[in-house]
Amino acid sequence: MVYIQNLTKSFGNFKALRGINLKLEKGQFLTIFGPNGAGKTTLIKILSTLMKPTSGVIKIAGLDLREDGESVRKQIGVISHSTYLYPNLTAYENLKFYGKMYDLQNLPATIERVLEEVGLKDRMHDLVRTYSRGMQQRLSIARAILHDPAVMFLDEPYTGLDLHAAEMLRDLLQTVHTRERTVIMTTHSISQGLEVSDLVGILVRGKLVYLEPIGKIDTQDFGKTYFYWVEQAG
Amino acid sequence: MGFFQKVWFITWKDIKAEWRTREIFSSMFIFALLVIVIFNFALDPGADPQMTLPGALWIAFTFAGVLGLNRSFILERENEAFQGLLLCPVDRGIIYLGKMLGSLLFMSLAELIALPIFMVFFNLNLLNLLPELGLVILLSTLGFISVGTLFSAMSIHTKTREVMLPVLLFPVVVPVIIGAVKATDRILAQKPLSEITSWLHLLIAFDVIFLVASFLTFEFVVEE
Repeated sequence: MVYIQNLTKSFGNFKALRGINLKLEKGQFLTIFGPNGAGKTTLIKILSTLMKPTSGVIKIAGLDLREDGESVRKQIGVISHSTYLYPNLTAYENLKFYGKMYDLQNLPATIERVLEEVGLKDRMHDLVRTYSRGMQQRLSIARAILHDPAVMFLDEPYTGLDLHAAEMLRDLLQTVHTRERTVIMTTHSISQGLEVSDLVGILVRGKLVYLEPIGKIDTQDFGKTYFYWVEQAG
Repeated sequence: MGFFQKVWFITWKDIKAEWRTREIFSSMFIFALLVIVIFNFALDPGADPQMTLPGALWIAFTFAGVLGLNRSFILERENEAFQGLLLCPVDRGIIYLGKMLGSLLFMSLAELIALPIFMVFFNLNLLNLLPELGLVILLSTLGFISVGTLFSAMSIHTKTREVMLPVLLFPVVVPVIIGAVKATDRILAQKPLSEITSWLHLLIAFDVIFLVASFLTFEFVVEE
């Protein structure tokens, strides 16, 4: 479902990504941990077509990212620490706008369904600027799953969330996972990342230095593993 | 949904947000009004209006336009909504046209309201010249906004975007500003239409060239 071969990204002389190789099957959930500046956001931006790679091959749902950017965007949903929402539109209007851009059929019913899922149906006609940070992030999830994407990219989705909102996000990620969506998530939070993953990776200085299935990992001691690889690569 | 429906929906989104806040329109209109008032006080009452009024009018319109363009993309920067727009499975040219159309509407509206005020302040009766003047304003505004939208998107992530936009924009739109001022000057002097034909041709050529060029290059300027 997601195929990455020898992906690199440079900004001038600085190499943000250095030869990433990855293959994810349908329904797999990969969490990538890494310190600040490791290249996690750059990787997600490239996978979501917001940034051009310097070299390498990326295929998502069989589509080449360089040649079929528009078709790839139909297949993906992105959740970031930024919500991508318009604060002066209501939740309903935001989703209606995005739904129209995705050519969705039966839009009113779809919007109501996803808003119900994220627990915002009662406030769907309120302006987004009146929402708390947690509610905005829930709406951002609704925006990302509105078109039922086959692949999801999540870049630090827990950033800035209170405990309640983080709990809700975790439940939503479980739901996303059980629906056979392929997911790549980056996060700093080891406990939250390990909860939902099938595969765990560590990205340090632009290199994916560690990639293992969750079954082969001692989740209790993963903190030590993480610091070991960060220090090795540093 | 077709190409033009998507363009319209992006514009609709901007109109809807603007209707609630009136941030873009009010900043443009107040700025244009201030320029008109200042020129009204600054100019010698005995001076020949032909010498200064076209320039004063277009200073008000163009600087107000820069403010509007800046505001339009600042709203997109909030919550990084512009990235959400770029994630949509639509041709990036559609995004350009949608944003351009919104800015064109807001600037035209500000001009539509500022023009009668300009007439009152400078004691001008332009009612019988409105078709020609309206055409010049429309063509000039279209040229200005078509380039301005491209450069606004280009400077969206720069820290000094308020300065960067006019620095990038004005050298490119010099032909539009010259054409607009010269044609307005001829119209205010009540010269025959044949005297502004060449300026109208310049404005039309600029609009077509830069609209097409901006549409085609937008994809490359918004990619990081």
